[in-house]
Amino acid sequence: MKHAKISAWISMATVVLMVLPLFASCAPAAPTETAAETAAETAAETAAETTAETAAQQFAGQTLTIHWAQWDPANFLQELSKGFEAETGAKVAVEQTPWADFQNKVMAGMAAQSDAWDIVVGDSQWLGAGAINGWYVDLTQWVKDNKVDQTMTEATMIAYAEYPKGSKQYWAVPVEGDALGFAYRKDLFEDPANKEAFKAKYGYDLDVPRDMQAYLDISEFFYNPDKKMYGAALYGDNGYDSLVMILEWAIWAYGGELGDYATSKVEGILNNEGGVMGAQWYRDMWAFQPPNYEKAFFNEANDVFKAGTVPITSNFFAFFPGLADKTQNQFADVTGFFAAPPNKGFDGKERQISALGGQGASVISFSKKQDLAKAWLSWFIKPETQAAWAKLGGFTCDKATLESDAFKTATPFNPAFATTMGIVKDFWAVPEYADLLTLMSEEGGKYVINGQGTAKTCVDNIAKRWTEVFDKAGYYK
Amino acid sequence: MINKSILNPSLETPIQRGLRDVTIKRLFILPTIILLILINIFPLFYSLFLSFNDYSALKSLQWGVNPKWVGGKNYLDVLTDPNWWESFVTTAKYVILAVSGEMIVGFLLALLLNREFKGKGIITTLILIPMMMSPVIVGLFWTLIYNANWGIFNYLLGLGQTNWTGDPKLNLYAIVIVDVWQWSPFVMLLSLAGLSAIPKYLYEAAEIDRASAWFKFWKITFPLVSPLLLIALIFRTMEAFKIFDIAMGITGGGSSAPMLLSIELYKLSFVRWYTGRSCAVAYIMLILIIAISSIYIKYLNKARA
Repeated sequence: MKHAKISAWISMATVVLMVLPLFASCAPAAPTETAAETAAETAAETAAETTAETAAQQFAGQTLTIHWAQWDPANFLQELSKGFEAETGAKVAVEQTPWADFQNKVMAGMAAQSDAWDIVVGDSQWLGAGAINGWYVDLTQWVKDNKVDQTMTEATMIAYAEYPKGSKQYWAVPVEGDALGFAYRKDLFEDPANKEAFKAKYGYDLDVPRDMQAYLDISEFFYNPDKKMYGAALYGDNGYDSLVMILEWAIWAYGGELGDYATSKVEGILNNEGGVMGAQWYRDMWAFQPPNYEKAFFNEANDVFKAGTVPITSNFFAFFPGLADKTQNQFADVTGFFAAPPNKGFDGKERQISALGGQGASVISFSKKQDLAKAWLSWFIKPETQAAWAKLGGFTCDKATLESDAFKTATPFNPAFATTMGIVKDFWAVPEYADLLTLMSEEGGKYVINGQGTAKTCVDNIAKRWTEVFDKAGYYK
Repeated sequence: MINKSILNPSLETPIQRGLRDVTIKRLFILPTIILLILINIFPLFYSLFLSFNDYSALKSLQWGVNPKWVGGKNYLDVLTDPNWWESFVTTAKYVILAVSGEMIVGFLLALLLNREFKGKGIITTLILIPMMMSPVIVGLFWTLIYNANWGIFNYLLGLGQTNWTGDPKLNLYAIVIVDVWQWSPFVMLLSLAGLSAIPKYLYEAAEIDRASAWFKFWKITFPLVSPLLLIALIFRTMEAFKIFDIAMGITGGGSSAPMLLSIELYKLSFVRWYTGRSCAVAYIMLILIIAISSIYIKYLNKARA
């Protein structure tokens, strides 16, 4: 009987232990960032004003499915497309997939020759795979007929639409121009006590980083985990391209290259002194990251800044609306934005480079609604649609819109965006890019996050494994 | 006079109408056989064929080019690659830790519940809840529990900001804890079934002989429940070998994630799209699981005998 009582008590305790975690996870969800609803309504109304009767007859009742990653710009695109729906009677569904799974889902769909999507708003690096493997419809003639190569900026046409580079063959229409940008807390940087202490320690004024070493100094200066203040927020490895975005930027900043894009030679180029210095910088910076940051990507980069736990963060410009919005960021009034700092590389030469993000819309060759997809693209490139797109928060690549005063003064980060779009570089856009990306993430993560090996072994391993990939794919024959 | 046709209807109807029973039976199982061939048998042999080829499902099918016959090269590449060996070792470590944890916790729970007390039914049901949940969801909500900044796990254990999911030295153990939490109830359930089937008279006889509690456990309880424990061991070992969802949910599969075979296989198959080589890895895993299960089954047969 006594045994039974003890068993009952122990069992009760076990139940509590087993069941407690179920309730512990029931924390209230954080409020999601919402689109500028009023802007969306205005955009939809503006776009809806222009109606095309023929299109309405032809496409009424059909559904156009656009696949993009899960983020605010995709919500903006859904809002914007209300104009197309009003014009044509067709329905537009913007299907969203979390960034970490976006590539895998698209690739699996393409491997299965799926017609689930009519348009994919894909990463710039996918162009090679899309073109070579026959996933994307060749839009060269369509681009020329619609003068897209004249209305969109040249850099974005090359980055988001052209493959092979320099060939004037186009496979997409630029949708979201994006690149790595930076935000900082002006109140902390302008605080007299901080300024004095910083100057005393480092011998120069505290300001936005003047180079990569200054970025490191600033991170070290502010790092104070006891007061829940960390040095800086740089992406971790989210299983897709987050780590590579920072690593490639650091390598470029120190004068390294990812290889020779013309000959696909990597050995001796990626793992030169600049490459080593770039990897070393990222590893050094890692010591000042907030805790639990190993998998961090864009959400975390904004969250830690909004929580006031870092003085400086890096993120794609597409996520800066969340930092400039007072309702989302308590420090919005004291948040400043800047482009990637210039830096002297291993060769003494100064460079200012940022990593390219952004996507273009490609028509899927397996789609049975390619006409509808092209009709949507024709509507999307209209000046009034592009203006509405920018107003909603999309980063247009349309020259006229970008040059307008309305765009330049629309947000506090647009000037930095304009600067950045002139200094961007991109990852490999070859069909094997997914393989290259994974290997760079793996080797980079081992060193930067896990602390295995040295900066030299990190870039050496990437170079070695990339060379194997290119060799296997027949690039050196 | 007896009507012969009543005793033997075939005499009245010499010509058989309709289908024979055996034919009907075969027709009924035919759809299942076809489905099995299409869904299980064909992919099994096709993947075996692909494992001897250089093939990427991402590229268009072109016999002789994609797939291209490379013999045992894929197997050789995997077995001579130190990264894959690291994966095998990590997975073995995980399987040993998780399965032994589940066996110990599950069996102890079963011993506790193998007696009558008030509320036994509801307690047993509540303990089984984790087992009924989707592993993906389990993985995701444990990331909240493990959160280094505000997770309840560190708070309850007073571990400060221990980074369970991101620290490569810790996240394997974080996955083990979750797996033990979720699957110990399964071992408990099987053990409980075994314990409740042990005849009471054996314990009564032992009581009369004034046997100690340890003697009763070691000579009566354990031998009689061991066949069911071995079955639990087989199932959990096979499942632990294939761990994917919980590990992916907790670690995200990035470079700080432990190099578990299934995660590495997923990356090779669906991120890098080395379909041929990933088939070879899958077959190596299959052979390993079959080998380990065979050893268990041998012991199971011994235990039954």
